[in-house]
Amino acid sequence: MSSRTSTVAHQFDDAEQQRNASTLGIWVFLVTEIMMFGGLFTAYVLYRSSYPEAFAAASHHLNATLGAANTIVLLSSSLSMALAVRASQVGSRWGTVAGLVVTIVLGCIFLGVKGYEYASKFEENLVPGPFFDLPGAEPQSELFFSLYFAMTGLHAVHMVIGVGVLATLVVMALRRRFDADYHNPVEIGGLYWHFVDIVWIYLFPLLYLLGRH
Amino acid sequence: MDRAEKAVDYLNADYGVRSWLLTRDHKRIAILYLLSITVMFMLGSVFAVLIRLELLTPAGDVVQADTYNKLFTMHGIVMIFFFLVPSIPAVLGNFLLPLMIGARDLAFPRLNLLSWYVYMVGAAFTLWAVITGGVDTGWTFYTPYSTTASHTNVLATAVGIFITGFSSILTGVNFIVTIHTMRAPGMTWFRLPLFVWAHYATSLIMILGTPVIAITILMLGLERAFGIGIFDPALGGDPILFQHLFWFYSHPAVYIMILPSMGVVSEIITCFARRRIFGYSFIAASSLAIAVFGFLVWGHHMFTSTQSVYAAMVFSVLSFAVAVPSAVKVFNWTATLYRGSITFEAPMLFALGFIGLFTIGGLTGLFLAALGLDVHVHDTYFVVAHFHYIMVGGALMGYLGAIHFWWPKMTGRMYPEAPARISAALVFVGFNLTFFPQFILGYLGMPRRYHAYPEEFQVLNVMSTTGASILGVGYLVPLCYLIWSLWRGRVAEANPWGAAGLEWRTNSPPPTENFAATPIVEEEAYAYPLKEPEVV
Repeated sequence: MSSRTSTVAHQFDDAEQQRNASTLGIWVFLVTEIMMFGGLFTAYVLYRSSYPEAFAAASHHLNATLGAANTIVLLSSSLSMALAVRASQVGSRWGTVAGLVVTIVLGCIFLGVKGYEYASKFEENLVPGPFFDLPGAEPQSELFFSLYFAMTGLHAVHMVIGVGVLATLVVMALRRRFDADYHNPVEIGGLYWHFVDIVWIYLFPLLYLLGRH
Repeated sequence: MDRAEKAVDYLNADYGVRSWLLTRDHKRIAILYLLSITVMFMLGSVFAVLIRLELLTPAGDVVQADTYNKLFTMHGIVMIFFFLVPSIPAVLGNFLLPLMIGARDLAFPRLNLLSWYVYMVGAAFTLWAVITGGVDTGWTFYTPYSTTASHTNVLATAVGIFITGFSSILTGVNFIVTIHTMRAPGMTWFRLPLFVWAHYATSLIMILGTPVIAITILMLGLERAFGIGIFDPALGGDPILFQHLFWFYSHPAVYIMILPSMGVVSEIITCFARRRIFGYSFIAASSLAIAVFGFLVWGHHMFTSTQSVYAAMVFSVLSFAVAVPSAVKVFNWTATLYRGSITFEAPMLFALGFIGLFTIGGLTGLFLAALGLDVHVHDTYFVVAHFHYIMVGGALMGYLGAIHFWWPKMTGRMYPEAPARISAALVFVGFNLTFFPQFILGYLGMPRRYHAYPEEFQVLNVMSTTGASILGVGYLVPLCYLIWSLWRGRVAEANPWGAAGLEWRTNSPPPTENFAATPIVEEEAYAYPLKEPEVV
């Protein structure tokens, strides 16, 4: 036990208190994240119910196949993340690193596909602003794309931050910072990653599927 | 006290700019915040001075209408986001919370330092916006005015507020986790000082409300910068949605400002009445009740904004309900004073001032929560007077009381008592003279946010400006003698007030680790009357 005291910060009495504090910390932080996305979801719900036809018509211009593929990619990344957390709990360094690296790769694939989708929206003049052009559509369809870019954009920013967090964890794991007694950062990174994943689980049907025939 | 044996404390433990800018000590971070928000307060005061100067005469002669719009906007933004919201939590909460619960530091010291840097970056953006021309939308940023109509620096200010919000969130997360996990042995939830309960409730609002204003400001910024038009009526967007989201944070934000002050008052009243608090659990619960109700009343800012009459009725009733926990506090403080052996040191004067001014502010809030009356006084000086009674008469009085009360603990020096009592009197008189006439002005129909007004309003406006001058002196005097006391003030012992509370059991100023050994708590909070403080 005495060899482990170095991982307990000075303000804590013991490892358990530190663990409780950091776990509670990430949960409280995730609550703020829910409130933050909540603002956008509120706007979406309001406008979707006000302009159902315009929104349904506009959502046909999203590529549901790519969206579905990305959903599978992201769900798989949550699996690899969960495996990484498990590996860290049993003290498997290479298991942790492997799980994290697979998660990072899947996260990057998701961001790549998202980037391709964004690029095609630019080509099709579906980006809100002065160049928005959707012939024969109601003006509210631009509102749909405003929400599409704001919601998926904020989600993508969270993905980028998540990839950065996981990369830091990989470096820490390689430097032997974790073992069976101390692996809380991996669990915290995992909780954040799962949260970002869950946000997408709501975004995908709301934006891509709802009202599609 | 033998000066030669001066103990190592958090101030002299290390020297140099670097040791401050990279500190993780909650007490030093509190001092960094204290300096920053004092600068922002002075900036906000300059705007207030210019506003009151303009309103000295009916004609718009000191500044143009456009400039006036910028003045009241910048006054509001600087005072609310950069002074009042961080004031007591980030300075005194930061300093005292670990001390009060017997911890060595907050749970996340690095996040705490980060929160200060985030605040500074946000403040820098806002200052840049001020220097390059200011903003004229009002601190409320209502769309579509802020998105399409205004040609001022909305974006830079919005970025500044967006960033500063994260400093609030980090502070809130840190406080909640610290209160949950870092309490000393024996420090049960119902032995916590009420200051801690108040900060717990404040932190809940910070973590639940601030992200909503962040995303709202972000949507506003996207619309202004890239034409991502979420509130744009031309696309079918709803500007009223902005108001809903804005007030969903900005009404609870009022409680971010007032709840910590209420916590301060509970500490000061008990100390200078030498009485245990009356109705401890009711005061603790009322803090949480205010935090919860605070999230359900935002619609009372929108009675005249095409809100449905049924929604307005519900918001009206809920707004009245907030008066209940507020009154619980005021009655309990009064009951605590009853038969206490009261002394009138400066912190007590500020605390008593708080109770009086907050009561007036709260009661006039009921006028505004009443649907019919609100239509009459909406956007008049009645509203201006009401919220200044809460935010300045309440929050700022509490802040000044707290600064005086804990000054010996923070600096190891006593402030001089006589000028402090004079400044408390000046603030009280000056404040009332500034803002009470505004209730009458508003009731008579003078609208807010105009730089010129009909001549019949001049007498009351001159009174208001006179009061503001007295108020200004009342703020400048403490600035002078508090700085003076750092060098010339009497050296403070550990517990100069004979106060209960763990923070008084350690040295003044405390060592970096706060306590020589983790204290063990064996009694309730406010175990007054205490013995006279022992002279060491």
